[in-house]
Amino acid sequence: MATQHSRSAARIMMAPAVFLLLVWMLVPLCMTLWFSVRDYRPLRGGDNGFVGLDNFVRFVSSNSFWPSIMTTLIIVGGVLLISICLGVLLAILLDQPMWGQGVVRILVIAPFFVMPTVSALVWKNMFMDPVNGVFSYIWRFFGADPVVWLSEMPVFSIVMIVSWQWLPFATLILLTAIQSLDSEQLEAAEMDGASPIARFAFITLPHLSRAITIVILIQTIFLLAVFAEIFVTTGGAFGTRTLTYLIYQRVLESQNVGLGSAGGVYAIILANIVAIFLMRIVGKNLDK
Amino acid sequence: MSLKRALGATTALAICAAGTAAFADAHSATITIATVNNGDMVRMQGYTDQFTAETGIAVEWVTLEENVLRQRVTTDITTNGGQFDIMTIGMYEAPIWGSNGWLVPLDGLSEEYNADDILPAMRGGLSHDGTLYAAPFYGESSMVMYRTDLMEAAGLEMPDAPTWEFIREAAAAMTDRENDINGICLRGKPGWGEGGAFITAMSNSFGARWFDMDWQAQFDTQPWLDTLTFYNDMMQESGPSGFATNGFTENLNLFNQGLCGMWIDATVAASFVTNPDDSTVADSVGFALAPDNGLGVRSNWLWAWALAVPAGTQQQAEAIQFIEWATGTGYIELVAENEGWANVPPGARTSLYENPNYIEVPFAQMTLDSILSADPNNSTVEESPYVGIQFAAIPEFAGIATEVSQEFSAFYAGQQTVEEALANAQAITNEAMEAAGYQ
Repeated sequence: MATQHSRSAARIMMAPAVFLLLVWMLVPLCMTLWFSVRDYRPLRGGDNGFVGLDNFVRFVSSNSFWPSIMTTLIIVGGVLLISICLGVLLAILLDQPMWGQGVVRILVIAPFFVMPTVSALVWKNMFMDPVNGVFSYIWRFFGADPVVWLSEMPVFSIVMIVSWQWLPFATLILLTAIQSLDSEQLEAAEMDGASPIARFAFITLPHLSRAITIVILIQTIFLLAVFAEIFVTTGGAFGTRTLTYLIYQRVLESQNVGLGSAGGVYAIILANIVAIFLMRIVGKNLDK
Repeated sequence: MSLKRALGATTALAICAAGTAAFADAHSATITIATVNNGDMVRMQGYTDQFTAETGIAVEWVTLEENVLRQRVTTDITTNGGQFDIMTIGMYEAPIWGSNGWLVPLDGLSEEYNADDILPAMRGGLSHDGTLYAAPFYGESSMVMYRTDLMEAAGLEMPDAPTWEFIREAAAAMTDRENDINGICLRGKPGWGEGGAFITAMSNSFGARWFDMDWQAQFDTQPWLDTLTFYNDMMQESGPSGFATNGFTENLNLFNQGLCGMWIDATVAASFVTNPDDSTVADSVGFALAPDNGLGVRSNWLWAWALAVPAGTQQQAEAIQFIEWATGTGYIELVAENEGWANVPPGARTSLYENPNYIEVPFAQMTLDSILSADPNNSTVEESPYVGIQFAAIPEFAGIATEVSQEFSAFYAGQQTVEEALANAQAITNEAMEAAGYQ
């Protein structure tokens, strides 16, 4: 038991770190809020005064706003779908005893440690390039016309790149969950004559549901902010402009900090809605 | 959320930068230069030691990719960040920044530097109200580079000043899909400095313009429809697959691999495609002026990468000393001596084109002719309110043109029709121009 004294000592010791974290978080947030109600355009004389909610109205009424929200949702949804479906399969596979298990697991997890910019460059130049890419060789080997991935299926290409990066994360969490599954339960079901599919659907999957919600929660938060993959591959063209990318375009390419900050506030709201929504689901799941 | 992080990161960077600046002050004579990662600039970094040896001024380089450089220096100058003593900027930024008072005027350059030697077109493009704000390191226009062997095999002869009709016919004649030979390679990549620059310069020769005299966007006019339709039809017939994502670098690689019959792009590319170390077709490249449509305007652009001194620097004298060294005739001779005349930075000085050694270089005359035929003050067939050929020198242009070129690239990739692309471009441009207070 901590005494009153030692607890207050702990608080004092923690204070600098907490203060630093708060400043780190609050200062940018407040600046974003401040800029979002001002006409701040560096190339036009800087801060041109208070404009109320103009930036917010303008950001939403722009032609690019709703498409960008749709793209964001498609990319987040697509990556979640792929990483969870394949993640469950991979987790089950990796759970099987096999020779060189440790090495295989490390290799499967490796993509998670590759920087987003690097992986996007590798995918763009070494896999998806229509002239020199690996995919174009495979396509030509089978006599097909190579696909120009980044302009013909741009959103799918980005979903693929991002999924490749996030699949290991999903696999890792799901694998740990599977390892905690009681093998006697499975054996009992097998003896009762349950088919492998039934065993998967009625024992493994329900057991994994909590892990899956956690994967969805954490990945969604990070996937809403996907940027490097889009910047490196399509530069926001061909309908791959997400909300994050639109904000970047407004702030840096158009040099309109006020408008972009208003977009930033929308992004904060969107992320919080998603987070609250998901937290509820997770909470419910944990209550069970 | 992301912005929050971006701002956080910026703060962190700023703190680091402040730390470095304090450190640099202790060694007074160190200048920091932000530059672009192209061949000539990288080459210059190799000779920096020579400058340091001559003057005792140490030089630190921050080398970045073009778009990133533009954003970094723009952010730095608009926030008075003071990270750089010299910035590499282009013809687009120089007049805008100069008029905002962000750059040190370069009117006190030394006698031996001979500022009058700078090509008039370059000087004009880098000045505002007659004051020079950036010294050109090299200048470029664009021109046709073509394979003389393929041209001959197709039974055609390239005139010095071709028309678009001829280019299209020649491209179709040279295309050999069996062997992956594309008649023509052009930029289609989104981005105002990539495909955007090319299509804007091309549209000038079709009689199109970005804005009318009331700053209304002009994408609903016939010349733009003609430009895009002609470009796309030609590229579908004779261009490489995936041309909608090809920019300068991609096309350079294709041309050097011998996969392009023609390539219309920056004149500086001439020294790369004729360099046997990099190019498999170095001995069979010919040059011609960029094509036109008989309307009196050719489709070549004008650009310079130039060195400028931001107004907030503490080391103005040292910075100007470096600029005189790097953009003077002495540097050109230094490079010529070590790497041959074909590799000197072209397009900046009149005296270079009067030099008997240089004029023997195969592409020198065509480069000069291209530069001389470009006029940033008179770039469109109908009158336009802006200065610039492949851009309009207003602060909003880069943002608008990037989005517009994305719409165009989506059309090249078959994701929308030409009418949709132009309607979107029109909406984007008018929206932004209205927000900026032009309309």
